[in-house]
Amino acid sequence: MSDPAITLYRLQACPFCERVVRRLEAYDLDYRSRFVEPMHSDRDAVARLTGKRSVPAIVDGSTGVTMSESGNIVEYLEATYGERSKGGA
Amino acid sequence: MDLPFEVVDLPETDHPEVGDRVPDFERPLVGTEFWEDVSLSTLTDESPVVLLFHSMDGAFPATYVWNEVRDRGWLDRDDCQVIGLSISSPYEHADLLEDRGVDARLYSDPANGVAEQFDIVNDLDGMAGISEPRPAVFVLDGERVVQYAWVAEEWPDFPDYEDVEAAMDDL
Repeated sequence: MSDPAITLYRLQACPFCERVVRRLEAYDLDYRSRFVEPMHSDRDAVARLTGKRSVPAIVDGSTGVTMSESGNIVEYLEATYGERSKGGA
Repeated sequence: MDLPFEVVDLPETDHPEVGDRVPDFERPLVGTEFWEDVSLSTLTDESPVVLLFHSMDGAFPATYVWNEVRDRGWLDRDDCQVIGLSISSPYEHADLLEDRGVDARLYSDPANGVAEQFDIVNDLDGMAGISEPRPAVFVLDGERVVQYAWVAEEWPDFPDYEDVEAAMDDL
């Protein structure tokens, strides 16, 4: 069983996280979900990765990209895996 | 426990015994920082696993078991991984880890399906609609084959920690 390249740090019922999930599913991307605690102070794993405690955050092992904030992530996914990336790679 | 009266006997079950390979399963595995779906075979591929089934978090047996695990240094061993399992939610597991002061991991199985797979279901009298695993310990090698098994035959009951430790030493 190989690990998916993309890891999504998410909070249950967080709409910004669901927004990212929808986009991952739209591009049929394999990803692993890691759920964190509602309390920001309990999110050290996310803080170590992104420097911030906000979710969603993703780590994409295939590109080496780590980022947070759903708007940025959606933009990144579009550029990397969406229509805009077609033809290039 | 030595008590001056009879405790509840649990019926016989067909749980995995020494030499049997236990069923694989996948559930959220809760650590101190996050939880994610992890299969048992993923863990046993890394190293042998001591799988502890216990009462729901907050019940005193869960507290006692994790105090023992902590105080006996089982989490510091690098020859095996001690992994808990109860029907409590990931949020409750996170609280348990913090309350017991342990850097451990526990599976969350609210629907009690793993206990069904292992045939160690304990229907809880007086809590309608809720069942949980019987107290049980399985020491598993890298192939998920049982090296040591203990399943409660009475309720309540606790593992023999010395026996479990001996089984860990034999891995």
